[in-house]
Amino acid sequence: MKPSPPSDASGMFPRNYLVEPATGLKSWFTTLDHKRIGVMFLIAVSIAFALGGFFALLIRLELLTPGPTVMDAMTYNRIFTLHGVVMIFLFMIPAIPSGFGNFFLPIMLGAKDVAFPRLNLLSWYIYLAGAAIAVYGMINGGTDTGWTFYTPYSTTTATKVVPVLLGAFVIGFSSILTGLNFIVTIHKMRAPGMTWFRMPLFVWAHYATAIIQILGTPVVAITILLVALERIFHFGFFDPNRGGDPILFQHLFWFYSHPAVYIMILPSMGVISEIVTCFSRKRIFGYSFIAMSSLAIAAIGFLVWAHHMYVTGMAVYSAMVFSALTYLVAVPSAIKTFNWTATLFRGSVQWDTPMIYVFCFIGLFLIGGLTGLFLGNLGVDVHLTDTYFVVAHFHYTIIGSTIYGLFAATYFWFPKITGRMYSERLGKLHFWWFTLAFNLTFLPMFWLGIEDMRRRVSDYPPELGTVNLFVSIMALNIALSVAVFVFNMVRSWARGPRAEANPWRAQTLEWTVSSPPPIDNFHDIPVVSAPPYEYGNGKPAPGGAPAPARPRPRP
Amino acid sequence: MTAEAMTGHTDHIAEGTGHGTDATAARNRVLLGVKLGILSEIMLFGGLFAAYFVIRSDTGGWPPPGQERPELLIPGLNTLLLVTSSFTLQWAIRAIGRGDLRTMKRFLWVTIALGAAFLSIQAYEFATNGFGLSDGVFGSTFYTLTGFHGAHVLAGLLLMLIVANRARRGLVAGNRHTEVEATSYYWHFVDVVWLFLFSTVYVL
Repeated sequence: MKPSPPSDASGMFPRNYLVEPATGLKSWFTTLDHKRIGVMFLIAVSIAFALGGFFALLIRLELLTPGPTVMDAMTYNRIFTLHGVVMIFLFMIPAIPSGFGNFFLPIMLGAKDVAFPRLNLLSWYIYLAGAAIAVYGMINGGTDTGWTFYTPYSTTTATKVVPVLLGAFVIGFSSILTGLNFIVTIHKMRAPGMTWFRMPLFVWAHYATAIIQILGTPVVAITILLVALERIFHFGFFDPNRGGDPILFQHLFWFYSHPAVYIMILPSMGVISEIVTCFSRKRIFGYSFIAMSSLAIAAIGFLVWAHHMYVTGMAVYSAMVFSALTYLVAVPSAIKTFNWTATLFRGSVQWDTPMIYVFCFIGLFLIGGLTGLFLGNLGVDVHLTDTYFVVAHFHYTIIGSTIYGLFAATYFWFPKITGRMYSERLGKLHFWWFTLAFNLTFLPMFWLGIEDMRRRVSDYPPELGTVNLFVSIMALNIALSVAVFVFNMVRSWARGPRAEANPWRAQTLEWTVSSPPPIDNFHDIPVVSAPPYEYGNGKPAPGGAPAPARPRPRP
Repeated sequence: MTAEAMTGHTDHIAEGTGHGTDATAARNRVLLGVKLGILSEIMLFGGLFAAYFVIRSDTGGWPPPGQERPELLIPGLNTLLLVTSSFTLQWAIRAIGRGDLRTMKRFLWVTIALGAAFLSIQAYEFATNGFGLSDGVFGSTFYTLTGFHGAHVLAGLLLMLIVANRARRGLVAGNRHTEVEATSYYWHFVDVVWLFLFSTVYVL
């Protein structure tokens, strides 16, 4: 659907959160406005994304040819560690919840802010402090343990483990506070008539995410702290010489870090649910199933951690139990996928940039999910573990799902956040370039893994050289396509055409307020009288606005 | 802190019509937030206890041969102090619920004194124990678990000192005392964790 031209292209924006109460940097750094805090998080995680991407390019540069290319093996170990640490702790975990979640969750509920605005700002500063500590560790030599910090290596290596660990530890509290804030907001701040089953699915996804943030993060926090204490004071928790147990670390670590992948993906799935129904001009299929499957994923996610540990010598019987539980996660995931597909079925699908990202998400999530079944299978995993098959699998889930959702969210909500439209042409260019480059980078890695190319090793058999050269070139293309995205965002924010309040004719509450939203979101708290996705049936939207007609001509 | 101060809701928030306008709503938000924070803390201690039990079961016999547990007398006394302090804090809340600020302050200070006594006795115990931080898993687990708990006691004490200071300045009253309730939730939680610690680290 084409956004209609702004009625007043040259005029001033209505009073909004970007200029009120003031525009100076100080007013941003002391703001309690959830929208500004969301924007500050988005900027911070974008910088982290660039940093993590830079490390990824260094990895691919080294893997350009077999044998040493530009760095020695020890440097390579640090580079892939920093890539993982930055991408996971500084970027993936906070990206959607702390960025878009902060900005839109309160508005979607008809609230003027989150429950604890000061805690919200604190959580941004905690993130910043954690990132600063981690970056300090990186500048001072970094660490070479891999982002998983497995003991006993992490307690014995001479590299700077402690600052990097403590950075992740501190950022964890930012995550906990955000989750806590969201749960209280959802419970206590909903507008009149906003019943639980009238909440947008984006909110449901964040509710499930927040549960994981609150229950999972403290466990990894204590684990990280124990490693730090073990290094500093020679505690014996993970040291067999002192009666400790190195495998215990892996159990504690994955008890959080497996659910953490759902912290990364559930908010993204929430984004998909919003966009798929809006751009199909059709009520979402199976609303309550999608909502409940988020909670189911969060719950089952806590029961599968040991599938990361099949080769640690654990009892075969318990490995079988974890394998079976792992398959169980596929059920709620498949429920979502089927419901999104059913929503598309006979919808009037509009191919704007957010929607093509969503469409592609569904396919890529299928690849990521199905290859997850290979690895969840005990017998197959023993052969594929620590190969590039695993690397390809989790990049398909993390990029193919979370980052596609993140891009979709950015295009979808860009008009609301900035009050301007992005360039649809550049958006499509970004999509095609990124999608081709991403698939051509990671699809060959499945094959490389089956050919036994080991992950976290800077060398590989010479006969795999051609494919690795190709993969490295494609990885560079990912970076170039993201540069198009950044250019589009920056230029459009500076001088894109003005966006109207509801360019997508969407029906959730954030589209009932002006673009950009006013500082207190709603002058009068809306009274909600309908479910969120009443597309195309002539009923009024929840905000009381008349249901928009389909603006698109039939082909 | 008042509930409003805790939530940081400024005027543009509070003037809304549908929700969150009155003190009751702010109180409910704060108390739910504290409960969720405690849930998070339970998982933190849960992780520690899990590590402790795994290491215990890995070791043949507990305490490991050649090491002895501390005598029960001092930690037993400490247990008594901490349990009593939960009751005194609850009496403080009952007092402020009646609007009796004087009694509230008195019991609050008694609670603070009991907590401080607990920490002092624990410090004495640490200093006189025959084993150190780095003496194998027994010392490591003992000091990690009790030390983490001690840090939480300290945090609770600081919270109560803030509340006491607010009460002194006249900011706590019969109809606005969310901060006392919130602090008491946390204090009771710290107390319950100690009961688990005492029974597993010292006794069982």
